[in-house]
Amino acid sequence: MLWSLSWKNVWRNKLRSIVVIIAVTLGVFAAVFLLAFMNGMVESRIQTVIRTELSHIQIHEPGFQENNDFSLRIQNADSIVRVVSQTNHVKAVCKRIVISSLVASAETNTGVKIIGIVPEAERTVTNISTKMIDGAYFEIDQKNSVVIGKKLAEKLKVSLHKKIIITLQDIHMNITSGAFRVVGIYETDNNMYDESTLFVRYNDLCMLTGMSNTEAHEIAIIVDKDENSEPVKKVLQNDFKKLEVQYWMELSPEAGYLVSSMGQYMTIFILIILLALCFGIINTMLMVVLERVKEIGMLMAVGMSKRRVFFMIMLETVYLTITGGMIGLVIGYLISKHLERVGLDLYFWKEAYESIGYSSLIYPKIDLQMVATTTLMVILTGILSAIYPALKALKLNPSEATRTE
Amino acid sequence: MNIIEIKGVTKIYDQKTMPVYALNGIDLTFQEGEFASIVGPSGSGKTTLLNILGGLDDPTEGVVMIDGIDITSLSESKKTLFRMRNIGFVFQSFNLIPVLTVAENIEFIMQLQGISKEIREKRTTELIEAVGLADKRNSRPNKLSGGQQQRVAVARALASKPKFILADEPTANLDSKSAENLLDIMGKLNKEENITFIFSTHDIRVMNKAKRIITIEDGKVIEDALK
Repeated sequence: MLWSLSWKNVWRNKLRSIVVIIAVTLGVFAAVFLLAFMNGMVESRIQTVIRTELSHIQIHEPGFQENNDFSLRIQNADSIVRVVSQTNHVKAVCKRIVISSLVASAETNTGVKIIGIVPEAERTVTNISTKMIDGAYFEIDQKNSVVIGKKLAEKLKVSLHKKIIITLQDIHMNITSGAFRVVGIYETDNNMYDESTLFVRYNDLCMLTGMSNTEAHEIAIIVDKDENSEPVKKVLQNDFKKLEVQYWMELSPEAGYLVSSMGQYMTIFILIILLALCFGIINTMLMVVLERVKEIGMLMAVGMSKRRVFFMIMLETVYLTITGGMIGLVIGYLISKHLERVGLDLYFWKEAYESIGYSSLIYPKIDLQMVATTTLMVILTGILSAIYPALKALKLNPSEATRTE
Repeated sequence: MNIIEIKGVTKIYDQKTMPVYALNGIDLTFQEGEFASIVGPSGSGKTTLLNILGGLDDPTEGVVMIDGIDITSLSESKKTLFRMRNIGFVFQSFNLIPVLTVAENIEFIMQLQGISKEIREKRTTELIEAVGLADKRNSRPNKLSGGQQQRVAVARALASKPKFILADEPTANLDSKSAENLLDIMGKLNKEENITFIFSTHDIRVMNKAKRIITIEDGKVIEDALK
């Protein structure tokens, strides 16, 4: 009885109820969409970190990560690559030389990180080969080829087929340099990475530095699923006790903080939205109670218990909140799912996003746990919003209330 | 048989600052099937007396016995339950639930009591016919005239077969014809159902229909006469 009476009471003042429902719908839609948007942004950044910059797991000599000490080279890199490739869940693996050096063009010079790669293996580990905007990714077997980032090309004022001079220290700590021809230019979503990283062939760098072709500074590994990163890291650390094995969250702590803190930020954000909605709903329901003083007094007079009066007011509030909440959830879910497929291109902020390592093409990502949590929070908001107005109703004196004008 | 007995009922407002005696030592009894009206000028204490009889207010002094139960000693929740089962109310401004139909308004009280659907529907039909609103069964209050709304209110008050009905100025917002009509129906129901009706009123038409007139002035019963 109270369930149907409360539902009918909600529609007493259609306009007011619709306004409240729209407000709740917009609030919940904003919360759901923003959750999905931020989730998508974080996911995109994580994938960039893994697929473009770091890979899932890296192996180094202990201490190499601190200052990229050239002398800290992994010996027998090829046999380690072979063992790693046979480990469960490992999808691809490659070896690299990593050197901090100077690169110069006719116009200027700058500090960079040079990565010496085996292109065929590197292609399976990172996706730089798919980011080419000019030239090719080591398609032709040409000595002293270099692939540089777009931002670096702009800085050095070089284009395809132009020469740059790489200056570095060899294994004897002598300064040496080599001329490399630009065969390809890539562009990722991370301007800082593009400006500071260039790729040459592993063999060319071995020749220039005097390194043995069984050595490497870094072994990069891709696993089958992101969530297998840590378990596989532990297995490999056990296999290679003398080496330092780290997975992407350890290699890039800021990416790890992003994941762990984003959940907290979004919870706070949603709480703020729901709090604002809460006050709006309280205001509306207080008006409802004040308008119905006489009726509530009558209900108490004829024998409706305080518990039932409280429940009736609470039900009306929850109905309002849930109606708006469900509509907002459905709209938010559908729009997010659509954009998850087609992407949301914020091209007008492309430069800004890429300067901090984010793509401007966002694929919002929504999941059912998110939907369930938001639903629960909406219901709780309804219940909490009802408390004060319902208590106000209980304070009414039936004998005075029934005589109100 | 006395269904209501009030002894030494006094109601004082603002006891500490400037005491106002709304009621001052009232002794009254009401029997089953009475059709009584409480009359008096404004501020005489009629509504206060009705509120105390209905358990909506407590006297400062005195005892209110309804069917042998001292309702002043009941807790708030027990009083509410007592009202639901034993007392019917008809208000001056009808106070129907606007989102419910005529039938639903009458059924509502019985639903509060947990009465079965079959019995509710039967009783509702009986009462709708008794008050002459069979053709308005599914209408909402905003589609009814004042007189029709008050008839629904009477039917609602009778729905739970209370021991007595308290009607506070039931004809105040009605035209003459509607008021006459309402009083006829209430008189008829009083006879058929043997339910006590107690009115508080200024309306001479009500006084004419009543079989007992209790006159109150300054919180005291100054006359209690049977017609």
